[in-house]
Amino acid sequence: MVTITVDMDKCQSYGQCCFEAADVFALNDDGQLEYVAEADESRRADIEGAADVCPMQAITVE
Amino acid sequence: MNTNSVAASVVVVGAGLGGLRAAEALRGAGFEGAITVVGDESAMPYNRPPLSKEALSAGVHVAELEFRRKASVDDVDWRLGSPALASDFAARTVTLADGTQLSFDGLVIASGIRPRRLPIAGPEAGRHVLRTAHDAVNVRSYLAPGRSAVIMGAGFIGCEVAATARGLGAEVHIVAIDEQPMVRPLGAELGMGMRSRHEHHGVNFHLGRTVQEFLGGDHVTSVLLDDGTELPASVVIEAVGSVCNVEWLEGNGLDLSDGVLVDQGMVVAAEVPVVAVGDIARHPNALFGNIPRRIEHWNIPTETGRRAGASLASLLRGEQPDQAPFAAMPSFWSDQYHHKIQSFGMPGIATSIQIVDGSANDACIVEYSNDTGLVGVVGVDRTSELAPYRKQLLDR
Ligand SMILES: Cc1cc2nc3c(=O)[nH]c(=O)nc-3n(C[C@H](O)[C@H](O)[C@H](O)COP(=O)(O)OP(=O)(O)OC[C@H]3O[C@@H](n4cnc5c(N)ncnc54)[C@H](O)[C@@H]3O)c2cc1C
Ligand code: SF4
Repeated sequence: MVTITVDMDKCQSYGQCCFEAADVFALNDDGQLEYVAEADESRRADIEGAADVCPMQAITVE
Repeated sequence: MNTNSVAASVVVVGAGLGGLRAAEALRGAGFEGAITVVGDESAMPYNRPPLSKEALSAGVHVAELEFRRKASVDDVDWRLGSPALASDFAARTVTLADGTQLSFDGLVIASGIRPRRLPIAGPEAGRHVLRTAHDAVNVRSYLAPGRSAVIMGAGFIGCEVAATARGLGAEVHIVAIDEQPMVRPLGAELGMGMRSRHEHHGVNFHLGRTVQEFLGGDHVTSVLLDDGTELPASVVIEAVGSVCNVEWLEGNGLDLSDGVLVDQGMVVAAEVPVVAVGDIARHPNALFGNIPRRIEHWNIPTETGRRAGASLASLLRGEQPDQAPFAAMPSFWSDQYHHKIQSFGMPGIATSIQIVDGSANDACIVEYSNDTGLVGVVGVDRTSELAPYRKQLLDR
């Protein structure tokens, strides 16, 4: 299981993470980030990719 | 290449974002040999964009800016604080300033760029650039009420520093030859809109002007412009473009006129093998006609690093790297005051610009096109609405 945490104080809603793993990260209608906190191990590479491209380096993957 | 005795070794020159991502991608592609990363700076790879924004404002703490590193690169040998001075592709060696000679089976060029300095007469003390955490500490020490900052260059870095400096209470002057700030990437209309935002916050623009001379005794105290205007200066910040860190690559027969030319796999020389990543890599992009270009955007080291690591791992196994076109979306963001700018694609190559929503002085979305269609989109304070435009650019 992949555990995802986003530091919402750091997140600036740039949405870069959404392009890497759209099933995990999405911007809602108000432009705020929503994400699922746990994902299947098979999604790890894309979720780590999302953490890599976050300009604010707000995403932690465990 | 030595595949049957000891595992191959890779040297990465440049311990920035691109160097880190290339090392991680080598491991991701199954490369198990030794990786040595050589870095001029003494810090582990850290995030530069905050150096003109929140870190310049709140204080520069390199440990907080360090990138999280994947566990796969825990065994990397980091040789920090001594730059590579020379390289010999035929002998497969890199020589460091401290005299160390490193042998490699594969090389990653990740040495990035440095700010350009203009040859202008006058005192040196008080003139600064902004590329490293060390630079940011120096610049920050001047930004306070009662001080005056003269910023040369009205590009993104110059404008971000201006916004941060105003936030810290300094008087700010921007001197630039351009007719509007950020005009090359944004175009004149949005550039003008950004200018009024800055003027609203008290920034003084001196556009179409150049610096003639720095005045002062040991330390700069003022700046003389070409029209005779004299501006008070506690500090001068030079943000007038960049120079590629290619000197250590001379003598290997490469075209070093604008960074290092690579193919779609980020390969510089397959027979050595050598790859390049990040700001220094002049790379083709299939989304924009495959014309090799350097792109100084933060997402490029990650995108090119992923590809370069995979290519190098293949070459070191004696295999042909993936020949698929490189088609990563260039993206850029900038924070100035409370305004957020986000760009996708290559607005700088547009020949026609249209504001499709909002106005240049307010939240807006701007389309950039040329004869091939849409080439870029920029949103100001509308950053979360750009996904459909990005999709359109990807489908080009
Ligand atoms: C102040 C600032 C603000 C920015 N803001 C944004 C932004 O808001 N949005 C955005 O998209 N992009 C931004 N960028 C650009 C982004 O940070 C760069 O595109 C990115 O850092 C490039 O990564 P790189 O690994 O190619 O190069 P670098 O991060 O420059 O890493 C190269 C490293 O190699 C080292 N080196 C150089 N020569 C040698 C040598 N001979 N031997 C050993 N080591 C060497 C350098 O010291 C450096 O540490 C900003 C850049 C700066 C400086
Ligand atoms: S990429 Fe980072 S800053 Fe952007 S929405 Fe995702 S978590 Fe937030």
